[in-house]
Amino acid sequence: MGVEPGRLQFSWISSAESTKFVDVVTKVTEAVKTLGPNQRFVKKEAKVA
Amino acid sequence: MVNYSDKIREISKRLLKDCKVDMIIGFRKGSVPMMNEPHFARTAEDVDELVWDSNCGINLANYLTDRKEKIGVAAKGCDSRNIVTHILENKIKREQLTIIGVPCKGMIDKRKIAGLVEGEVLEVTEDEEQINVKSSGGKKSFKKTEVLQENCAVCIHRNPVVYDEMVAEPVPEQTDVDRYEDVRKIEEMDPEQRWAYFDDLFKECIRCYACRNACPLCYCPTCFVDEAKPQWVGKSQDPIDIRTFHFLRAYHCAGRCTDCGACQRACPVGINMRMLTKKLEKDCKDLYNWEAGLTLDSRPPLDFYRPDDPEDFIK
Repeated sequence: MGVEPGRLQFSWISSAESTKFVDVVTKVTEAVKTLGPNQRFVKKEAKVA
Repeated sequence: MVNYSDKIREISKRLLKDCKVDMIIGFRKGSVPMMNEPHFARTAEDVDELVWDSNCGINLANYLTDRKEKIGVAAKGCDSRNIVTHILENKIKREQLTIIGVPCKGMIDKRKIAGLVEGEVLEVTEDEEQINVKSSGGKKSFKKTEVLQENCAVCIHRNPVVYDEMVAEPVPEQTDVDRYEDVRKIEEMDPEQRWAYFDDLFKECIRCYACRNACPLCYCPTCFVDEAKPQWVGKSQDPIDIRTFHFLRAYHCAGRCTDCGACQRACPVGINMRMLTKKLEKDCKDLYNWEAGLTLDSRPPLDFYRPDDPEDFIK
């Protein structure tokens, strides 16, 4: 629908794979940070007079 | 398709008389042209009101959900596929149903016709391949193939997939249609363009939920948009809330949607929300070689695990 592909990530991590979990989370966080703040699917606050 | 009505009435009367069914679900004339409405016939007099023409686009599977009585139902190709889906999802039992199969050459697009004639549409009649429209601005005739609903124009399952009786010989299936031309166009867009495309697509949405109510797949006792604890999606007209509603509703139809077009037909402002469901339909075809509602013998891809399920998207 127009969300940048880099913001979406699917991984299969067993509850025993703690290091893989840390790895994936770190990588995804970095990737999303480089994309900058999300502009899509963000509701603008209603303007109050 | 013109002489289907008599045959449907004949079968219906017999089924009711023999107590094979408690009621027949079919169509009767609506109060305005091109707006046939579902009809629940329980007596021989009710049956006389049953009709069949090119305005029977509503999906009758929608009226079978959780019914307890024995029902005879008129089903064109897409209806029958949704009936199969209903049976697979335990919303009705096959034994309860007597399916009156109706081979279908497509339904006509009331909006398209209203746009092609001058003034108000007063009367629409048809013979085999021709649609004759009388409007306040005069009379016009169209070839039926020119005024088909968009989903019917690319339909490849016109004949019922399950039935107990057929009202006529099967019609030839369309084999030379490109079902996904429009979806591929969107797939080729970059995220910017895609976002803009859907912004434009949904900008008229008034969130009446007619698409959801017309959809035979949308039978949840409480829809996620109506729920308040927790509230999954905002109830406002904010474009993001509108988009979230359409997006999630489409996802709930993944692997189940038969592209019957009931949603688009029901929309009062003419939004083609099928652009979302069609993409999911295409994905199911590409990834799982699955088309919804074709057989009672296998489970839909999203409720069944196979070791060879594609998983390239998992990193």
